[in-house]
Amino acid sequence: MISIRNVSKRFGAFQVLDGCSAEIKRGEVVVVCGPSGSGKSTLIRCVNALEPIQAGEIVVDGVSLTDSATDLTRLRARVGMVFQHFELFGHMTIMDNLCLAQVKVHKRDRAEAEAKGMRLLERVGLADQATKYPAQLSGGQQQRVAIARALCMDPVCMLFDEPTSSLDPEMVGEVLEVMVELAREGMTMMVVTHEMGFARKVANRVIFMDQGAILEDAPSRTFFDRPGTERAARFLSRLLDH
Amino acid sequence: MSGLDFSSAFFAWPLLLEGAIVTAGITLTAMLAGLVWGTALAVARLSPVQPLAWLAALYVNLFRSVPLVMVILWFFLIVPEVLHGLFGRAVGDIRLASAMVAFALFEAAYYAEILRAGILSVPRGQMEAGLALGLTRGATMRGIILPQAFRNMLPLLLTQAVILFQDTSLVYVIGLADFFGMSYKIGDRDGTLPEMLILAGAVYFCIGLLISRLAARLQKRVSR
Repeated sequence: MISIRNVSKRFGAFQVLDGCSAEIKRGEVVVVCGPSGSGKSTLIRCVNALEPIQAGEIVVDGVSLTDSATDLTRLRARVGMVFQHFELFGHMTIMDNLCLAQVKVHKRDRAEAEAKGMRLLERVGLADQATKYPAQLSGGQQQRVAIARALCMDPVCMLFDEPTSSLDPEMVGEVLEVMVELAREGMTMMVVTHEMGFARKVANRVIFMDQGAILEDAPSRTFFDRPGTERAARFLSRLLDH
Repeated sequence: MSGLDFSSAFFAWPLLLEGAIVTAGITLTAMLAGLVWGTALAVARLSPVQPLAWLAALYVNLFRSVPLVMVILWFFLIVPEVLHGLFGRAVGDIRLASAMVAFALFEAAYYAEILRAGILSVPRGQMEAGLALGLTRGATMRGIILPQAFRNMLPLLLTQAVILFQDTSLVYVIGLADFFGMSYKIGDRDGTLPEMLILAGAVYFCIGLLISRLAARLQKRVSR
């Protein structure tokens, strides 16, 4: 579903990504972790071309991002993305947030879009919030709306960029619950997160990055029980220490 | 009585109304046209297409660096020439039209700077969220970034409107009788110039204060 082949990227003299390769198959849940500045967010942002890459190739659902003939806008419509800071549109109601791209991109009529939006709001447990504005919702609720908004587009895969990092601790659970549910339904997911409990529970594989390179790509059980590199072992022990 | 005689204002109210309409006409035209053109300039200035950004910056800096009176005079003197050249015959009274064009083009430069700040005040993630949903850059700008930029900048846009409203009195240089010009003429005619100027000043003060207060209230709501 997602092929990352030898991808490199520089910001000026700084090498953010250094020859990264990974395969994510249909229905797989892959967690990307690593210390801050390791390039994990950059990598996931490259997968729907929010960041250009300088070398290598990324193929999503058979479409190459690096091919100049590829319509990136059309590709992004099929890849769902959830951001650290939710990025709901503050001037619109929750329902308008859910309908905007359905109407503009998928050309659904308003009634159809609203029906779809309502179904997904029910799924994330927020059907009663449809007429509110994002600022009236808690962080956890906003992030669940953001997930519903991405699902409205019927994505072939979902990218999560630190979806719980800006949430109060007591709200992390409600967002992870939605994600676990989504994983169980067979959605292909690439998740940048520090939530090792989530990784242990639902991830098929864990990718560990440091200084722009992928150091490990292992089944999650193997990664947690017997990390293959000393760097990953140190990262894990530091996370689990507290 | 204190020796001030306001009766001429009372009897000349149709003329004052005529002047007020000219003032309102210029203010509203300049606001609307300036807002549209100013938005285009702001977007152009932030465009990744360098020549476009450069041209927009040149325009904005040019208009912000010259006195408004000069712009009004330019358009009064140049536009008839151009129209004459285009249509090959003399044109009628273009004072009002030239004033509207001058104000609109001038205000656009100021609105452009306000809106540029407004666009930059919207978090970068909003553009990325729009793109990630499959919207184009243009659609995201129109549907997501600009509405929020306008909302954030509404108080400043209103403040600029107050300045514009007061500046319309400068059309006296091309002999156009706006509210201020008309008040002056009436006062001059009836020998009640001090009274008429006090009265005109009071009207400008009231309207200006009203919009300023509205802007201040909106500012409070926006920053909350």
